[in-house]
Parts: sequence; C-alpha cells; structure tokens
Amino acid sequence: MAFAAFGSSNAPAAAKPTRSGKVVIALLAPGLAYLGAFFLTPLFALIMVSLEVPDPTGGYAEYVPAFEIGNYLYVIGEYLPHILRSFGYALAATVLALLISYPLAYFIGVKARPRPLLQKLMLTLVIAPFFISFLLRTLAWKQIFSNESWIVSSLHDIGLLAPTQYVVGTPFMVIFGLTYNFIPFMTLPLYTSLERLDLRYLEAGSDLYASPTKVFRKVTLPLSMPGIISGTLLTFIPIAGDYINASGDFLGSSSTSMIGNVIESNYLQINDYPSASALSVLLMGVILVLVTFYVKKSGTEDLL
Amino acid sequence: MAKEFVARGADLELKQIRKEFPGFTAIENLDLHVPAGEFFALLGPSGCGKTTTLRLVAGLESPTKGKIFIGGKDVTSTKPHERPVNTVFQSYALFPHMTVLENVAFGLRQRKVADPLAKAKDALNLVQLSHLADRKPQQLSGGQQQRVALARALVNRPSLLLLDEPLGALDLKLRREMQTELKAIQMEVGLTFLHVTHDQEEAMDMADTVAVMNLGRIEQMGAPETLYDRPKTVFVSKFLGQSNLLVGDVTSTSANSISIDVAGNKISVPKNRAEKHKGKIAIGFRPEKATFSSKKPTTSSSKNVIGPGEIIDIRFTGVSNQYLIEVPQLGNITVFAQNMTHFAPIEVGAKVWISWDVENSFGLSDLPAQNEKA
Ligand SMILES: Nc1ncnc2c1ncn2[C@@H]1O[C@H](COP(=O)(O)OP(=O)(O)O)[C@@H](O)[C@H]1O
Ligand SMILES: [Mg+2]
Repeated sequence: MAFAAFGSSNAPAAAKPTRSGKVVIALLAPGLAYLGAFFLTPLFALIMVSLEVPDPTGGYAEYVPAFEIGNYLYVIGEYLPHILRSFGYALAATVLALLISYPLAYFIGVKARPRPLLQKLMLTLVIAPFFISFLLRTLAWKQIFSNESWIVSSLHDIGLLAPTQYVVGTPFMVIFGLTYNFIPFMTLPLYTSLERLDLRYLEAGSDLYASPTKVFRKVTLPLSMPGIISGTLLTFIPIAGDYINASGDFLGSSSTSMIGNVIESNYLQINDYPSASALSVLLMGVILVLVTFYVKKSGTEDLL
Repeated sequence: MAKEFVARGADLELKQIRKEFPGFTAIENLDLHVPAGEFFALLGPSGCGKTTTLRLVAGLESPTKGKIFIGGKDVTSTKPHERPVNTVFQSYALFPHMTVLENVAFGLRQRKVADPLAKAKDALNLVQLSHLADRKPQQLSGGQQQRVALARALVNRPSLLLLDEPLGALDLKLRREMQTELKAIQMEVGLTFLHVTHDQEEAMDMADTVAVMNLGRIEQMGAPETLYDRPKTVFVSKFLGQSNLLVGDVTSTSANSISIDVAGNKISVPKNRAEKHKGKIAIGFRPEKATFSSKKPTTSSSKNVIGPGEIIDIRFTGVSNQYLIEVPQLGNITVFAQNMTHFAPIEVGAKVWISWDVENSFGLSDLPAQNEKA
C-alpha cells in the first residue's frame, strides 16, 4: 500500500510454485530472516515488556512478565500532553516542509528541466547537509538562536520578543529544527514525482480553459500526489518519534518534550521499562492507523 | 474572451508567422487564412512544422514574429486558456488521473457550463464510447483514446478546433470510418476545423481546402481536386499522389501552349497550366493519365508522346497495374493502367511508346533536385 508510493512499479508476482517460485523463495529468504530476527523478535519483546509489572520481591527497576494492560492506560493518562504535542509538532513540521519543498522540487524537477546542470547542482545542495552529522547541524541552530546571538538581541531590540523571552526552548524552535532536518526527505520524493510529470497534461489543461492556478490544482497536484504521499510519510513518521530536536540539550526544553523524549527518560533515567515500551508500542500503533487512514483517504492507488 | 462561446466557427488568420527554436527555425514565414466553418487540412511530411503551427494557434508557443487572428481578433499575446480554441493532441494527453467522462467534462467545468456530465455523455455518445465512460484512459486502446480526445475537445464547441493527426493511431478501416464521421460532425456543428495530417488521402478525402506544407512554408493551397490536377511545385506533385516529371528548355511557344525538348522528344503543356514560360522548366503528368502502346502513336498537337521505352517492372495493385517503363535518356516513367482482361498480356521487356493529352500536363515553378529521379 503506502510503500507502492515510493516509486517502483508493480511487478507481476509469480503465481505457481514452479522452479522460478523456488528461486523467488530462496532470494527472499535472507530478507525474511532479517525481518524475523531484527524486526519481529524485538517487536515481540517490546510488547512483552510493555505488559510487565514491577517484581514484588525485587528491588528498583526489576520487572516480571505479566499481562498488565493497565500500563497503557497509565502512560496515556500520564503522558497525553506529550503524545498530542508529538503529533501536533509532526503535523506542523510536515506541512511546513511540504510548503517549502514543493516549490523547490517543482523548480528542480520541472522548471530546471532544460538545464540539467542546474538541476544536478540544486539536487546536490538539497542533499549536501547530510554530509554533516545532523546533531552538529542541530547544535549549530541552537548556537544561531542562542540567547546571546545577534538574532535574538535584534528581536529584543525591535520588540518582536519581550525582554524575558528567548527562542531556544520554545515550540517555534523545535518545529523549526524538525522542519529543517526533514526537508530533504520531503524534497527528494517530490522531486522524483515532479521530474516525471508530463508537461503535455498541463498544456492540455490550459487548452481546456483552465487558468494556471486551476491547472495546478486539477492536474499538477493530483499527478504529483504519489510524491506528496511518500514525502509526507517519510517526514511525518520519523518526526513523530524524534527526540533530538525537542530535547533540552538541543533546541527544546521541558515544556516541548515529545513522546520520544518521554520514552528516552523512562528507559534511561527512571528505568521504567514497561512504561517506555508501552509508549513505543502506542506510538507505533497510532502512526500505523494514521498512515493507513491517510493513504486510503488520499486514494493514490488509482495513480499507480 | 473565453466566455463568449458560439456554436459557430471563427476564421483564423496567421500573418507572417516566424517561429525559431534555439538553433532551429521551425517556421520561416507563414501566411495562412482559414475561412470560418471550413474543414481545412494542413498536409505535410513529418517534421515540417505542422504541430508547431497548431501550438502557435492554441497559444502553447508564441511566435518569434507575426500575428495570429481568430474571428478577427488579435490573440497573439493571449494565454491558451483565453483562446476559443481546443486541440486534439497528437499524443492525446488525456488526464491519467480522471475517468474518461471526467476528461471530457473538464473543459465544460472550467467554463462553468451547466450540466457538464450530461453534455460530456452526449459527446461520448457521438464518438461511440459511452460504454467506457467510467474507465481510466490507460485502460483504453490507442484508437479509443484518440476518440476520447476528440470528444473532449469537441464538447466545448470551440470556434476553432485544432486536430493534430487525430487519426494517426487507427487502423485503416477505422480510420476511414472516423474520417467520414469527423466530416459529418464538422458539417453538423459548423465549426472551423484545422486538421493536420501527413496522410494525403485523408486530407483530400475530408478537407474543403488543403494547404501543403514543406520545411516550414506553405507550398500550395487549394481545393483537393485543384491541387491534384494542377500541382505547382515539384514537392506538391510528388507529395499528393505520384507524378512523372520531365525537364527541358522551352524551345517553342504557340498561342496556347509551350513546348520543351527532352532528349529529342517534344513535350507540350498549355500555357495556362504552366507556372513558368521561359528557360528550363519541369513538365509533369500523372501516371493514370498516360497510356502506352506497342506501336508508335501518330503524333498530333494535342498529344505528348515519348518512347520507345522498355517495361522493366509490373506491379499488380488490384484495381490497376503499375508499369515502370525505362525510356533511354529520360529515366523511368510510371504508368497506371486499369486492370482489364481484354488487354493483350504485356510482359516485362516489351517495347512501348507512352502518350498522354497535352491538356493533362502541368508545368511547375521549380525543378527537381539533380539527384531526384524524374
Ligand atoms: N521545442 C522545440 N525545440 C526545438 N526544436 C523543435 C521544438 N519543437 C519542434 N521542433 C522542431 O521543429 C520542427 C517541426 O516540428 P513539428 O511542428 O513537431 O513537425 P510536424 O508536426 O510537422 O511533424 C522539427 O524539426 C522539430 O524537431
Ligand atoms: Mg506533429
């Protein structure tokens, strides 16, 4: 389903367990083994841990297997604001990234078509930040917007920020960082689909009395939907689970903690493994439901 | 502009159009007038600038020089969506994300015409595809897609309909059917059709007027019969049907005709059927207007005779036979003869004289290229 949106065409599957069927199984085996060992097993372990209860006879941070559904109710009750904040930030950053990336991808994929050199240069620029660790880049932003920076003092001077207000640690800063970090993941799939956009459809639209705005809405946008779907999925999913940007060590503060930060502190600081696991499973479940709903709703199957 | 739609054709006028692409001049200097309500065919070989001409009219390209008038209005600088023109694209360009019906209704919706779906259905009926209304274009055959493209343009009743080789993907039988149908539709709706094709039979069959285009210029324009009967250039004489061409210097001129000498043969053409009356000229005749005989025909001032030549090839094409006759110093001459049983069988190698009426000769304004066989 959703993953068909990432660009490959649908290949007909082998139907009968023929000789080539055996070859297919043999070729799939390493992948299946990998999935089993590194996805299904940890997932199963995670779910098991999320249902554990504290060991009545043991000490601090010791848990025994159980079937405590209450763990989930507990984390929802305790961390609902963080859960909502995570998806709120993810939504905001995804929408911002889309608004910034679409014109950029359109320019590279459509307008720059007659100039392949410019196209390659711009694509390189989109990918170039990956050559530097994103931790460093995120820290650099913290530096740029730090309380002593000229940006912040200018903002104070012109009165856009009250003297007691700063930028680092605010939701703005976190959403800014998330958007910044994930823009390439939005731009590349958009570029891939816009680069293949057949301009003759746009001409046909304008020949049929559609103004440029209408052509964009009725032709360009629907035809680039596969790129929009994969781009938003590639940004929304990791952003919802991100814990770097929102952490107090980077761009956030305790008031911007996202679900990832809560999981981190539950695992590594207060060693509440069941709660951390329950939150992880919950995050995964919610994302799965949202994504399924989203892909169904946007009806991209028709386009593929 | 786009609002005032009338179920009436408008005339189209191109004035001194020039279109340059980077490093390439596609159209040199094009003057063209298509009268309102006419079925006008633009005929020319692939790459001669037909599509470019249509794109200029539709507004998808802008001319380097010159002006375009539709219904008397200068539209040179208006946007495509503001022109009362629709195009049936050579590549169809049907929207892949819409059903056939939605494709057809697209233009109506943009213009906010009442009841777009009902009108789109009517248009699909017209091209006999109403049963496929809910399919996606990718699920149709090439010919069906072409008909959807036709319906999508036609449903808007544009003052001017541009058709870019709209029948190219159809097989011969369907193509002839669609030709008849298209012609009937055009008569019924009274729109101006500018039909581009490289198929001379199609152009002659459908159009009121045919303009023959070559290398970005109009070589000759006129009714199909006129073009065929009296081509004015080598290109037209060869592109519309077949021609035999003979080249020589004008040696004598009478009151009504001029004659050239070709390797000792005197070939005449009526003055009013010749473009040039002096110097070296080319005179042509159609293969089906000539006959041959094994005895030298008596010479007369109303007949041209050449020969003797030798039949080097006979091709049976059904209705007629095509004979290729090699005449020393003149080259090869093609003659079509009806396939009639009472003819004595003629075989390859026979010696024959070729003759045709002076009235059926035509004199051209240019000469065939040196390497081109006459
Ligand atoms: N965008 C373009 N850039 C450069 N050359 C072009 C462009 N479009 C068309 N041409 C050239 O112009 C000539 C005429 O093309 P076209 O109008 O498509 O011919 P036709 O439709 O008669 O086959 C061709 O030689 C083609 O290569
Ligand atoms: Mg063409």
